[in-house]
Order: sequence, then structure tokens, then C-alpha cells
Amino acid sequence: MSDGREPFAVSKAARYPRYLGRVNVLELTGLVGLISVAGGFLGALTGLGGGVVLTPAMVLLLGIDIHYAIGATLVSVIATSSGAAAAYVREGFSNIRIGMFLEIATTVGAVCGAFAAAWISPSVLAVVFGIVLMQAAIASARGRPKPRPGEKDDPLARWLRFNGSFPTPEGERHYKVSGVKTGFSLMFAAGALSGLLGIGSGAMKVIAMDRAMRIPFKVSTTTSNFMIGVTAAASAGVYLSRGYIDPGLTMPVMLGVLTGSVAGARLLPGAATQKLRLIFGLVVAVLAVEMIYNGVTGGLR
Amino acid sequence: MRTSQHGASLTDQRVDEIIGALLRYGVMLSAAVVAVGGIWYLIRWGGTAPEYRVFRGEPGYLRNLGGIVSGTSSFRCRRLIQFGLLMLIATPVARVAFSVAAFALQRDRTYVVVTLIVLSVLLFSLLGH
Repeated sequence: MSDGREPFAVSKAARYPRYLGRVNVLELTGLVGLISVAGGFLGALTGLGGGVVLTPAMVLLLGIDIHYAIGATLVSVIATSSGAAAAYVREGFSNIRIGMFLEIATTVGAVCGAFAAAWISPSVLAVVFGIVLMQAAIASARGRPKPRPGEKDDPLARWLRFNGSFPTPEGERHYKVSGVKTGFSLMFAAGALSGLLGIGSGAMKVIAMDRAMRIPFKVSTTTSNFMIGVTAAASAGVYLSRGYIDPGLTMPVMLGVLTGSVAGARLLPGAATQKLRLIFGLVVAVLAVEMIYNGVTGGLR
Repeated sequence: MRTSQHGASLTDQRVDEIIGALLRYGVMLSAAVVAVGGIWYLIRWGGTAPEYRVFRGEPGYLRNLGGIVSGTSSFRCRRLIQFGLLMLIATPVARVAFSVAAFALQRDRTYVVVTLIVLSVLLFSLLGH
């Protein structure tokens, strides 16, 4: 334990409530569970996913090492993705061919990211995490971009039979897909971030499909959600063998996020999402600044 | 779940439905196992002090399938939770494996190859090291 060092680093240690020094396993499980329910709930309501706030909350509020935190969060990402996928699939929006093809990029990226996480110090991880959080905060405050259906036909997309249709109140709407190569490269980056930070990186997946490949927004979000679980499973194997996944810590995170996100998804149609996104964006921005600050000043050591 | 009139044909929609059910039940089952293991863990170890401030990594028996299933350690509750988590990790893998079969039945050779690549990356991550 770092007990021997702490008297010499009082100023740094004092920034953290020393919960872990005082609470027992039962109390910590309760605390982590509560944070996870709240994270899953807000994540489902805002469409950002719970993972993006859970790791910083565990690291900054509870003083848990970032490697344990990203391991626990990653597993919860699989739970929410698989849980929500069932609902999306029934609506017939996700495009399984696009998803499966792009998963080649996300899974390879995720394995690379997960291996890299072992070599990168907690401080650097915190800074990278903070930058990703900042991006998420801006995305959350801005709200959803307008869907832009693809018109140009990419020969690669035709060969891979990406072009599809989805149901709307006015009947089936057909769409074409472009920018397959750009989308594929962006997906590798999304996968690498997912493996590195233990997040779903759904926002980046949606950007790759919505902006680069011009896939309709609803198809992008549902296909992205479908892909998140497979991407996370790819890094989960590496995390498990590296000893990042602690059963005692992951248990309340997984059950809490699952409960929170199911409740959030039920509430979604009636929620005042615009205001919520703004508030959530602010929370994420504060966490981003804290993560970067602590990473730079070495407060996570 | 409604089946199409052409019961034998495996349409994309039908494949999606089966996959959706697979994922949902996979998550429910793993959550139940984790919850049982979690209650057991809290009863047994709830009063002890947590050790998460410094990263040490999990002991070997919690790092791979063999250790989780047949390890001889006394921490059976922790192994039960880990087994539930492993089931959760396996649900997307099962989904990809199912897709290989579905594309094969549709005689879609391109996507059988695509899906096999994804499956081999997943299996490499889970078993390859």
C-alpha cells in the first residue's frame, strides 16, 4: 500500500476523500453501486453511455486505481450494449452487415488499445481520458446533429451490400453508404480508445458512420450500440488476463449500470433531454478538467 | 416472437430477432449469477477493508477460464462473480459465432469470411495468451 509515501504527499492526498481508508467492502460496494445506477441512468437518458462518467467518478471520488476502474467499467459497457441491442433490433434499424464489417476494425483496435493500456502510466491514461471526456461534454451540450442521408454510392459499399433501408412512418426509406475507407479507419481509432480507456466509445462510432459514411442517424446509433458490446468483448479478454477485472468491484458496477440504464431507457420518451444533456455535459466537463489536472500534476500516483 | 410465413428461410430480420433474444437472455443470466456471487461475497467479506488504491492485478485464478472454473482457491464467491462476468463477455462472442452460421445458411460467402475474422480476433483476445 502507499501508506509509507503518503505523509510526504499530504497536499496531493488531501484532495481525495480517503473513503477507501475508512469504508469497508460492504460500504464501498454500496457507494460504487449508487454511482453506477446514476451513471447508467444518465448515460441512457443522454445517449452517451454510462462508462464515460464512471471511471472518473471512481478514480477521483473514491481513489480507486484507474486500471481497476476501467476494467470494471468495460464489463458494464457490454451489459448495457447487449441489454439495449435487444430493444433496437426489434425496431429493425441496425444494419448487421455494416456493423460486422466495421467490427473487424474496432476489435483489432480494441485489442491493440487494451495491450497498450498495460504500458501506459495512470497519469497519461488520465490525461487521454480527460480529452475524450471533453469531447463528450461538447457533443452532449450540442445535441444531436441533423441526419444527412447518403446520396453518393461508394463501389466498396455496393460490393459489401451496405445499402439498406429502415422503417419510417412514411414507409421504408432506402439509403446508400459512402466513405467506407474513412469510416473503417475511424473505427480502428474508436476501438483503440475503447480498449485503452474501457469505454464504449459510442460517440466516435456514431461520428464515423453518420459523418464519414453518411449513414442515417438512427441506423448509425443503433448499429453503433450493437457494435459496442463486441468491441468491448475484444478488450475484455486482454483485461481479464492482465488482472484488471476485479470481481468485488465489477459486481456493483455491472449490476448498477444495468439497473440504471434499463430505468433510463424506460423513461426516455418523456424526458426533457435537451436540458439534461446540458447538465450532463457540464458534469462531464468538470470531470474532464479534474482528470487532466490530476494526470498532469501526478495526483493519481 | 412471430415467425415469418416462409418458416425455413432465414431472413435478416429473423436473424436480428434471434440475436436480440440471445443477447437479452445472456445478460439476464449473467446478471443473476453475478448477483448471487455478489451477495455471497458481501456476506463473507463485507466487513473487510477494500484494496483498490494501488493496482496489483488479480491473482492468477481470476485471470482465465480454467482458473475461474476449477481453481482450488477458497475464494469461491469471487470466482462465481468472475464466472458470471465471463458469461457476460461471452454473449457478444456467441452473437458473432451465431452470425457466422446465419451468413453460411444464407450462402453469403463474403460475410462468412468477415464474421470469421471478427470471431478469431475475439477468440485470440479471450484465449490466445
